Amino acid sequence: MTIDYSPLIINFYTIMTRISRLFKEKGKDILSVYFSSGYPTVDSAPRIIKALSDAGVDMIEIGIPFSDPLADGPVIQRSNSIALKNGISQKLLFEQIKDIRKVTDIPLILMGYINCAMQFGFDDFCKKAKEIGIDGIILPDLPLDEYNAEYRPIVEKYGLDFIHLITPETSEERIRKIDEASSGFVYMVSSASTTGAQSSFEQSKQDYFKRIKAMNLKNPTLVGFGVSNHETFRAAADNSCGAIVGSQFIKELDANPTIEEAVSSLIKKIKG
Amino acid sequence: MKNYEVSKDGYYGEFGGSYIPEILHKVVYDLQEQYEAIMNSKDFKEEFHALLKDYVGRPSPLYYASRLSEKYGCRIYLKREDLNHTGAHKINNSLGQILLAKKMGKTRIICETGAGQHGVATATACALMNLPCVVYMGATDVERQKPNVERMKMLGATVVPVQSGNKTLKDACNEAIRDWCCNPRDTFYIIGSTMGPHPYPEMVARMQSVISEEIKWQIKEKEGRDYPDYLMACIGGGSNAAGTIYHYKGDERVNIVLAEAGGLGVETGETAASLNIGTVGILHGSKMYVMQTEDGQIIEPYSISAGLDYPGVGPMHCQMFKDGRSKVLPITDQEALDAAFELTKLEGIIPALESAHALALLPRMKDKFKKDDVVVLTVSGRGDKDMQTYLKHLK
Repeated sequence: MTIDYSPLIINFYTIMTRISRLFKEKGKDILSVYFSSGYPTVDSAPRIIKALSDAGVDMIEIGIPFSDPLADGPVIQRSNSIALKNGISQKLLFEQIKDIRKVTDIPLILMGYINCAMQFGFDDFCKKAKEIGIDGIILPDLPLDEYNAEYRPIVEKYGLDFIHLITPETSEERIRKIDEASSGFVYMVSSASTTGAQSSFEQSKQDYFKRIKAMNLKNPTLVGFGVSNHETFRAAADNSCGAIVGSQFIKELDANPTIEEAVSSLIKKIKG
Repeated sequence: MKNYEVSKDGYYGEFGGSYIPEILHKVVYDLQEQYEAIMNSKDFKEEFHALLKDYVGRPSPLYYASRLSEKYGCRIYLKREDLNHTGAHKINNSLGQILLAKKMGKTRIICETGAGQHGVATATACALMNLPCVVYMGATDVERQKPNVERMKMLGATVVPVQSGNKTLKDACNEAIRDWCCNPRDTFYIIGSTMGPHPYPEMVARMQSVISEEIKWQIKEKEGRDYPDYLMACIGGGSNAAGTIYHYKGDERVNIVLAEAGGLGVETGETAASLNIGTVGILHGSKMYVMQTEDGQIIEPYSISAGLDYPGVGPMHCQMFKDGRSKVLPITDQEALDAAFELTKLEGIIPALESAHALALLPRMKDKFKKDDVVVLTVSGRGDKDMQTYLKHLK
């Protein structure tokens, strides 16, 4: 058996991942944007990444479309399903973004569902991600116990960050465990919902953000699900390190003639 | 000898588990922690038993089908789940789960449905228990199972036609899970089959295990021994099959033969034969055999029968199939239709299209049967809801 030490060596020299560096150096008002690869056209991903990066977005979540995305609301369901009709696949996406590190140095995260990563081969999936220069992985339907038992050693072997989600329903004891198993940051789901825009975050959500803030987790947190405008971004960013926007960006892609215009329209709305 | 009991973390061998978004962790964990204690409590048992007896009309008859037996050269008994209140085995599970929901203080019920039998059963249970009910049903199924949609509405349920995907059972499941993600505190999701995250596959199997519990004493009365040589049922997600075999899983004297939906034939791709053509994947919270592409995208299934039109199979069945404990044959639309007309002609029973798949196992197995072999075949539901389809094919 040959052991591949290269991920360990890379890790040794960089010590801090791009994600950790972002949180250490900037620390607040971080804006992370999600998009579905393969949407609006099959080869949009590299152009979207470049446009977001050029516009000063701090981090990007590259969505891997799945036929049955049960944590997603109607907007991302639709972009996923069109992307699949356009012919996107994991293989094709990896091919499209293989030189992405020549274009941007901001943290890049892959976000998808466990079944796709499993069919690709979870080890191969992580290996490929690392080769391309991906920094982290989010799989919302891979729960903590399964992650720790089977998947964590592989993620750690390749020196990738794995971002778990916490929700208003997650107990304090479990949040501690999730924090322990996460690296990079912890994804704070704003409310009991699927992904999709909300126009405001009422007091109870802000109380939950504050409650988590007071727990002083080992990882920084970002708020996602429902962040769509300046008001929700502020409510999120005032109680964490920033926010993740997904559905609203897909809507901007639909409403604007070019990717670049969609990006600048989004930033205007979020930054206010 | 393996008895296919579920492990503490929800696995039958390599299949099962609980692959759910974090928002559902608490509600699913609470259920994992509580369902056994509640189901084993005297209170629950008495209430459940009384409902099954006086409301559903159990025990369902075990009927010796003499003309069918004559034709196939063995002793065929039909387990008549079609005679239950609401017309199928689904009511057993819906009543059990709604009792659980009430004991756990839930105030709102959601469910998915394919053929509409589980939707009708759950709407019925909700009317009985005075709880609001939302049924998710693929828009295609809303069209092809109209009578059941009308029944659900009359029973007071809100039927939501689901427009995503192929607009069938898989898509209804997605939408029900999304509703649950948005309402985890007050809502109980009554899953209709032996699928979903742990503990659903085992919980549903136990709710349906009344079928094999009855088969045991009924066959003893009729044949002088408490086991048949063959047990047969149709399998989509796997609930009536699980109920039929539950007390015989580890009894190797009993051959288990199940019928999954072959559609137009497994070689055509227009099929729902998940065990025969699926590969190991994760769908709706559980690791199981799933019809999928190399990239992990779920393939839209096809079957004439809305109740079997699902691209996966419950985890217990996956392990039993993998071990060779159960034999699972894909039955085509045409074979099922022929079997439905044959049962109607020979025994005066119009079966549901789903159950007709199980009946179509008889000609397939004919050469294997010996004269004294005792075959128990579950007729999971009646055919009222399928009359439109039957009339179209009646020559």
